Amino acid sequence: MILDYFRFSISTFGGRKLRTALTILGIFIGIAAVVSLISLGQGMQNAVDEQFEMLGSNRITVTPGGGDMSSPMTTGLVAAKLSDHDVEVIRKVKGVDHAIGVLVRTAKIEYRGKSRYTMLFASSTDSKSIKFIENIDYFMLEEGRYPKESEKYKASVAIDTGNSLFDREIKRGEKITVNDRNLEVIAITKKTGNPVHDTKVTVPLDTARDLFGIEDEELSLIFVETSAGFMPADVAENIEDALRKDHRVKIGEEDFTVATAEQLIASFKGMLGMVQVFLVGIAFISLLVGGVGIMNTMYTSVLERTREIGIMKSIGARNIDVMAIFVIESGLLGLVGGVVGVVMGYAIGKAAEMIAVASGVTILKVFYSAELIIGALLFSFVIGSLSGMFPAIEASRKNPVDSLRYRR
Amino acid sequence: MILYENHGIYELLDDSKLFIVSDIGDAMKKKIPVIEVRNVEKIYKMGDVEVPALDGVDIVINRGEFVAIMGPSGSGKSTAMNMVGCLDVPTKGKVFLDGHDISQLGESELAQIRGKKIGFIFQTFNLINSISAIENVELPMIFQGVSKDERMEIAKKLLSLVDLGDRMEHKPTEMSGGQQQRVAVARALANDPEVILADEPTGNLDSRTGEEIIGLIGKLHKEGKTIIMVTHDEDIAKHAQRIIRLKDGKVV
Repeated sequence: MILDYFRFSISTFGGRKLRTALTILGIFIGIAAVVSLISLGQGMQNAVDEQFEMLGSNRITVTPGGGDMSSPMTTGLVAAKLSDHDVEVIRKVKGVDHAIGVLVRTAKIEYRGKSRYTMLFASSTDSKSIKFIENIDYFMLEEGRYPKESEKYKASVAIDTGNSLFDREIKRGEKITVNDRNLEVIAITKKTGNPVHDTKVTVPLDTARDLFGIEDEELSLIFVETSAGFMPADVAENIEDALRKDHRVKIGEEDFTVATAEQLIASFKGMLGMVQVFLVGIAFISLLVGGVGIMNTMYTSVLERTREIGIMKSIGARNIDVMAIFVIESGLLGLVGGVVGVVMGYAIGKAAEMIAVASGVTILKVFYSAELIIGALLFSFVIGSLSGMFPAIEASRKNPVDSLRYRR
Repeated sequence: MILYENHGIYELLDDSKLFIVSDIGDAMKKKIPVIEVRNVEKIYKMGDVEVPALDGVDIVINRGEFVAIMGPSGSGKSTAMNMVGCLDVPTKGKVFLDGHDISQLGESELAQIRGKKIGFIFQTFNLINSISAIENVELPMIFQGVSKDERMEIAKKLLSLVDLGDRMEHKPTEMSGGQQQRVAVARALANDPEVILADEPTGNLDSRTGEEIIGLIGKLHKEGKTIIMVTHDEDIAKHAQRIIRLKDGKVV
C-alpha cells in the first residue's frame, strides 16, 4: 500500500514541473553543501594524517611560544624564540637520539632574470644532522646531496620550485640568487604533495643567518628524533622538563611547545573539525530553509488539490491514507532534492580536489563515505516528510463534502 | 468483559442475519433495506445562523432498487445524497447501512464503509487527472488494501466492461466527457459495492452520451446493483423504478 502511494505521488509531480523543480532546488543546495563540505573535510583529515605520517611517529617538534597560542600554524607569529642553545639542551635529554634546529623564512629567489618569493628552509650541516634530515619525508632527496659544512653557498631546491615559480625546471649546477647572494643548486628534493615543500629552497643554517642578517641564534623550530625503545610522549615530557629548567619558567608559563607527531595531528584535526562543524552548521541552516520551502509548496498543493482529497475520501481513503499520500509526496520532494544534492556535492568536492591538484596540493583526496551518502539521502527524505507533516494533517482533516464542492 | 461478550453476540447475530439475507431469492431481496434514513435532520451553521437542510427526512432504499432522488436546488437533495452516501452524518436521527447505524461513526470508519459498499459517480466525473484511467480505477482498491495483481486484473476487466479496454493508459485529460464518465463508472464498481450512487451523472454530458451512461447504469441495475441517482432531469429520472421527491428539506 505504501509503495502504491509512492507511485501515486510520483505521478502527481508531472503536472507541476516548475514548482516541483524549485522546491527541490531548496533542498539540493543544502544537501550539496553538506556532502561536499563533509567529504572535503574528511579528505583534509586524511591528508593531515598522511602529512604527519611523513613527519614520522618517532619525531617530536618543538616550536616557540607556549600554551594554546602555539601550533604549527602560528610559528613565526610569536615573540618567543628558540635558539641553538635549546638544541644543545635537547640533545642531552634522555631518550633523544638527535635534534636539529630549523629556520624558516620567506625569501626572494631570482633565477634567469625573474624573481619570486618562496619558503626557505635552513638547518645544520654537520653529518649527523644531514643524515637526520634526509630521513624526513619532506626533505628526502631525489638527486644530489645536501651541502657539507664547508659548502656555504650551495643550496637544494624542491622538484617543482623551478616549474611552478619560473616555468622552467631548475637543474643541478645552475645558479639561483637568494637575497642578492648567488647560490649553486646541488640537490633536488623529492615530491611531497604539499605545495609549500614542493616549491621550497633549502640552504645551510649559517648561510640563511647570513642572508637574512640574523645575529642571534634564532630558530623557527626544532626537530627531535627519539631513540629506539623510548615512547615519544615520555621523551616529549623530558624535553619539556629540561627546557623549563633551562628557561627558568614554571609549569604553565612555557615559552615553547613540545609536541609529538600524534599531538600535532590531534591539534590540527581539532582545528579542522571546528571549521568543519561551523561550515556544516551553515549548510544545515540552508537545509532547514529548504524544508520550509517544501512546507510552503505542500500547503499550496493541499489547497490546490482540495477537490482531489474529496474524491479520494469519497472512494474510501481514510484520514491516515490521505496523510500518508501527502507525507510521502513531500518526503519524495526531499529525497529527489537529496539525490541531486549528493550528485552535486560529489561534483563540487571533485572540483575542489582538482583545483587543489592544479595548485600543487596533490595530497588532498576527497573522501566519500557510504555512510555520508546514505545518511544525506535519508536525512533529505526525513526533512521532506517532516516539512510535509503539517500540510498533510491539514489535508487529512478536510471534510469530504466540502472538499468535493471546492472550486478553484 | 460481559459487555464485550454481549457485543460479540450481537455482532454474530447480525452477521448471521446478513448471511440469511444473501441467500434469499431475488423477489424477497427487494424488501430488504440497504439504506434507511430515519427521521434525519441536518443543520448547517453559516456563521451564527443555523440553516436546516434536512428536516425530518425518512428514506428507505431496498436491495436491488433503482431510485431517483429529485428536487429543485435548495431542496436538500445534495444533503440527502451525502447522508445516503455516508459522506456526512446527520445532526439528528439515524442512518443505517445494511442494518448498521452509521450516524455515530468517525470519519475514517465512514471512509472504509464508503470504499467497500458504495460506488460514486459524479456530475463532474471527479477523476484524478494526473494518473491514467486504469490507475483511477485501481485507486479505490488501493484504499481497501487489494494486491497489485488483483487490482490490475479487476481494473482491466471493468474498463473493458465500459468499452475502454483500448484506453486504459490514457489520462482523463486525454478523454472525452463520455469516456471520462465511463472510467468513473468502472471506478465506482472497483470494490464491487452493493450501492451505486450517481449524482447528476449526465449533467455534464450531451444528451446522446447521457443516454449511453444511463444505459450503462440501467445495465448495472439489471445485474443486481442497487442504484440511487440524484437528478433534476425528469427524462433521466424516468429510468428509475421509484422517484423520491424532496422540497424544503422534506420528502414530498
